[in-house]
Amino acid sequence: MKFLNISSPHATRAGNTGNVMRRVILATIPGIIALTYFFGPGHLIQIALATCVALVCEAAVLKLRHKPILFNLMDYSAVLTAVLLALSLPPYAPFWVTIVATSFAIIVAKQLYGGLGQNPFNPAMIGFALVLVSFPVAMTTSWSAPSELLENGISFGQALELIFSSRETIDAYTMATPLDVYKHQVGIETANEILANPIFTDTSSPATATGWIWVNLAFLAGGLFMLFKGLFTWHIPVSLLGTMGLLSLFIGWDSDQYVPLSLHMLAGATMLGAFFIATDPVTASTTPLGKIIYGGGIGILIYVIRTWGSYPDAVAFAVLLMNFAAPFIDQYTQPRTYGHKTATRGLAKKD
Amino acid sequence: MSTKSLSEISKDGLWGNNPALVQLLGLCPLLAVTGTVVNALGLALATMLVLVGSNCAVSMVRNYVPDAVRLPAFVMIIASYVTCTELLMQAYTYELYTVLGIFIPLIVTNCVILGRAEAFAAKNPILPAVMDGFMMSLGFMVVLILLGALREIIGQGTLFSNMDLLFGQSAKDWQINIFNDYPNFLFAILPPGAFVGMGLLIAAKNIIDARIKANQDRQKTAAVSGSKRVRVTGKIS
Repeated sequence: MKFLNISSPHATRAGNTGNVMRRVILATIPGIIALTYFFGPGHLIQIALATCVALVCEAAVLKLRHKPILFNLMDYSAVLTAVLLALSLPPYAPFWVTIVATSFAIIVAKQLYGGLGQNPFNPAMIGFALVLVSFPVAMTTSWSAPSELLENGISFGQALELIFSSRETIDAYTMATPLDVYKHQVGIETANEILANPIFTDTSSPATATGWIWVNLAFLAGGLFMLFKGLFTWHIPVSLLGTMGLLSLFIGWDSDQYVPLSLHMLAGATMLGAFFIATDPVTASTTPLGKIIYGGGIGILIYVIRTWGSYPDAVAFAVLLMNFAAPFIDQYTQPRTYGHKTATRGLAKKD
Repeated sequence: MSTKSLSEISKDGLWGNNPALVQLLGLCPLLAVTGTVVNALGLALATMLVLVGSNCAVSMVRNYVPDAVRLPAFVMIIASYVTCTELLMQAYTYELYTVLGIFIPLIVTNCVILGRAEAFAAKNPILPAVMDGFMMSLGFMVVLILLGALREIIGQGTLFSNMDLLFGQSAKDWQINIFNDYPNFLFAILPPGAFVGMGLLIAAKNIIDARIKANQDRQKTAAVSGSKRVRVTGKIS
């Protein structure tokens, strides 16, 4: 009897890029469902639009660079960038915001740096930060009010109209996000008065700021699925959420003066950022200790910018700032390799 | 002394050794004030005045200044020209002067000017030195205006707005509105947009250079192909 004799590594299945990307996209589905249920179909339209733009831009640049087009499109990296970007954008942002953000993310942040695996910054967050800085009005007035607060919710046709043509009725369907409201009221009113705002508690239905809680829980579930599947290790999300939690416990324990812990964790883009954006294998730190520092840095920056900065949410800026630091962190956190007494870190001599 | 002809000097200043695109000198004002065409043009004219004047003066004193103190002497010359320019702008284009603000006195520290004084004017007679100053600043001006136009179109959707700051009241209606109801694209007006725009301009120049080089290479090989065959193996006894 003859045994098949293959040397290591003993991979059980082909782990290609497309597989990983497809699984991450799969893991966003609970979040997308929650967003659509609570905030209307805006995100679905944004995802479709961003995906089309991303694929067209990617194909055009690949053609210019004389690279195989179909092969690179089929790794789903452009689709994933588009999906994450569309999930970060306000659901009823006008279509040109999405187009500008997506094309900048793909063309400048990804392809001009050399394509998949070469980009120092997370392309989706570059696109988001670009439009956040450039179009403050469109970006802050396009967050949907939870469907429950509207009389009959937002139909698909209305959503299309809001995004693509008339924005005259936009005020009827949008309101500030819970983080934004709390942040601007916190010096003026006490916590109980702020929480009496209909965005936090609506007596008729529980689905208001609870919408954001469910959305974040859904992204948490998707993130845990990816963790379970081994798409990333626990270090980044745990240290990110941990530092944020500790900071808001020690600094922001008084909910009359600071945004409370529950809102930090379960409002805005916290879970999306912690599990889907900060864990991007290309732009994050790669060593175990480095990942903890990287995640912790993002957590601190999110808390600092949310609390003392002028933007209500800060995931994009925090991730981009730590992307800058990731190569430096890696340099100084190299683990000890087998056969060496100590790790070679920083500028230490290689032995 | 002079080894370059005037046409070579012009070509160098405008294209081959362009201060903004190739030497990457004077990036601070280049990136800071090119939000609109009028700002870019104003700063470019001020720089031109200083560069031509300082090149001329440096070239005149080049044989009398000892090497050890040449840099302080050059900086004194440049600083006095900058002061003249600043006072002139204060007198004739006061609004533009207030818009450009600190970047006019900062022309003193513009590396293009000291760089040309040291690299060219200190080694050449007056006429080539003046020509070099003029052509270098013209090349700088072209890049400044291109970048200014790019950022103004993308950032505000207009072209030649506020030209009356420089050309008087009659220039007020030069403004061209390219898009109606344009939502300002703040990124292009802010400094990061200047960096991206500058990178794109340098890339465009590199593409054109590569095209020119490829064309020249093709012509060269075409000329060789018609010539005689040359024996390359074996020995002719």
